[in-house]
Amino acid sequence: MSRVSKFAARDPGPSARIVGFAAHLRDNGLRLGVAEADQMMTALNAVNASNADDAALALKTICTGCKEDFDRFDALFDSYWRDAGRVKHKSIPKPQTKSNDESIHSSRDGQGEDMGSSGSASAPEGGDGECESDGEGRLMATQVKNLMQTDLRELVRPEDIAEAEKVARRLGAAMRNRRSRRRIAARRGQGLHFRKTIRRSLGTGGEPLALIRKKRPDRPQKIVSLCDVSGSMTLYAQVYLAFVAGLIRADDTSDAYLFHTRLVRITEALREKDALRAIGRLSLLADGFGGGSDIGPSLQKFADSYARRFVDGRTTVLILSDGYDTAPAEVLSNALAKLRKRGCKIIWLNPMKSWRDYAPIAAGMAAAMPHLDRFVAAATLQDIAALEQELKTL
Amino acid sequence: MTWTTLQNSLRDHGYVASDDLAVALHLALTLGRPLLLEGAAGVGKTEIARTLAAEKNTKLIRLQCYEGLDAAQSIYEWNYQRQLLTIRTAAEDGETGKAVEERIFSRDFLLERPLLAAITQDTPPVLLIDEIDRADEEFEAYLLEILSDFQVSVPELGTITAQTRPIVILTSNGTRDLSDALRRRCLFSYVDYPDRETELAILQARCPQAELSLMQQVVNFVQNLRREDLEKTPGIAESLDFAAALMGLGVADLTRDPQALHATLSTLLKTQTDRAAITPEVAVRLAGKAA
Repeated sequence: MSRVSKFAARDPGPSARIVGFAAHLRDNGLRLGVAEADQMMTALNAVNASNADDAALALKTICTGCKEDFDRFDALFDSYWRDAGRVKHKSIPKPQTKSNDESIHSSRDGQGEDMGSSGSASAPEGGDGECESDGEGRLMATQVKNLMQTDLRELVRPEDIAEAEKVARRLGAAMRNRRSRRRIAARRGQGLHFRKTIRRSLGTGGEPLALIRKKRPDRPQKIVSLCDVSGSMTLYAQVYLAFVAGLIRADDTSDAYLFHTRLVRITEALREKDALRAIGRLSLLADGFGGGSDIGPSLQKFADSYARRFVDGRTTVLILSDGYDTAPAEVLSNALAKLRKRGCKIIWLNPMKSWRDYAPIAAGMAAAMPHLDRFVAAATLQDIAALEQELKTL
Repeated sequence: MTWTTLQNSLRDHGYVASDDLAVALHLALTLGRPLLLEGAAGVGKTEIARTLAAEKNTKLIRLQCYEGLDAAQSIYEWNYQRQLLTIRTAAEDGETGKAVEERIFSRDFLLERPLLAAITQDTPPVLLIDEIDRADEEFEAYLLEILSDFQVSVPELGTITAQTRPIVILTSNGTRDLSDALRRRCLFSYVDYPDRETELAILQARCPQAELSLMQQVVNFVQNLRREDLEKTPGIAESLDFAAALMGLGVADLTRDPQALHATLSTLLKTQTDRAAITPEVAVRLAGKAA
């Protein structure tokens, strides 16, 4: 049992360690509330908690909620409880002694000391001060246009990523709004749904008191995006990722993956509310970023595993890649054919298509061409924004 | 009761549960919380509810979810026809309106659907909510309310509170992501394809009359088959069918009779492409590896 973590001597006891474990899991992206820590204690009482394997199984049941978490749990458990005898820090953080009065908004704190703002007595500090924002506003407007036309490789700052996200949102909306020709019963809508109205009138002795109407149902289109982050794509990857993040955040049925030499599902990570944290979690997942590219095998893996669960006739698959593949072209072609059979639409966004004299002659790209619904250029944000019209007609 | 006794008792009823699943079930029973099971089709998610009901000697109430499932089909509905008839006869008998109204909105006229039925039993039943991922998200919200309070309010009758808390098991094939709220209220376990030993134990539990050597061959064959590139990977249900088919045909050794083997493959392979991919030669090779 020498592998078991040693906790600090002043550690308050098992419940504090459990709380520490919950925090450890939260840090690693599992979504746990306060109630879970309580349930973990109850669960440990229900099994033989002195047996580490039993305890691990019990906690796994409580703390995980999807297959990805379920698979990762054992490693997380080991890293906390069986840390090869290393001493853990105290699990409970010290209560904060510093008490800042939130109601006082002043550039000076309670003791009357200057808090170090850059403004002087005669001029306000830079940033969001009223007198400077006026000029900056106009500057911003021109900057937006500029940004729409630069090659994507210049887009690296967070505010530009936010811009890419906005485009992604619009695009997602354009693809998603599909309406059916059929009509279904609804509370509001044009026209009466006779069958349901008559059926409902039985309850009121044949008097149609409740009128049921009908409308055209929305048939939302799911968007699944696969983003290539191999070495050849590094220049574009960051913005493509922002675009993918935008798609995910705009609607919770969409799904995202990235691939280089292997395939990683990043949907869960991107769902994080705080964009910065989401990118942080992403970089943990995207181990191998900028490495080699195995497009064919990655898509094959996708078609074999996730596609079975998430891709159907109402799905659009976006592939963001330059098509430079190290694997044989047939693998890619087979994978796309298999994906195609699930009834989805496949759109390939290639950053290089907008280059002059570009032709899809790279073996992988050429093999993929027959299976694509659309093959479009997307080197600049403007290109991506222009897709809106095209996707509406798909 | 510990989880190993539960595991053994399930085994006596013909279900071989992995450690993961046994602990999850044990906790669901002790903590009184719903258990969400995910996994590919045919790995025995529905079967566990059936076995649990048999083991606890209670009723199994099953709600099969589908797109468009609503409250009327899952919770309760008034029996309109009967109400109408009652109104007619009451009019002939000269009953007053007030009395009739009270009568036709009583429990006798309420059609219990699975969710209401599950909370009005005297002994806690096993409530199986099958393939929850097929139901709409609106239905998930209904379900959340019932799973947290175990009560249903009928406007005409008032609130019906659970007499006993049912043992709730939800299954999902993962065709869509479930909401976080639902996941948080449930314990979770992922049911995977079984390993060699477990699958052999399952086959032995289900077909006790079969010979051990044949069962070993079947398990090895199916395990090899799962490693092939198939559109639909065979689950446990399929390997049970396969074993039954072999026994029905009187096959004692997989490697001896390639024709019978190929004929029985229809129990394992469920699409045209898979049939085409596993040619008789491939099947013989897999069986050869198995032997």
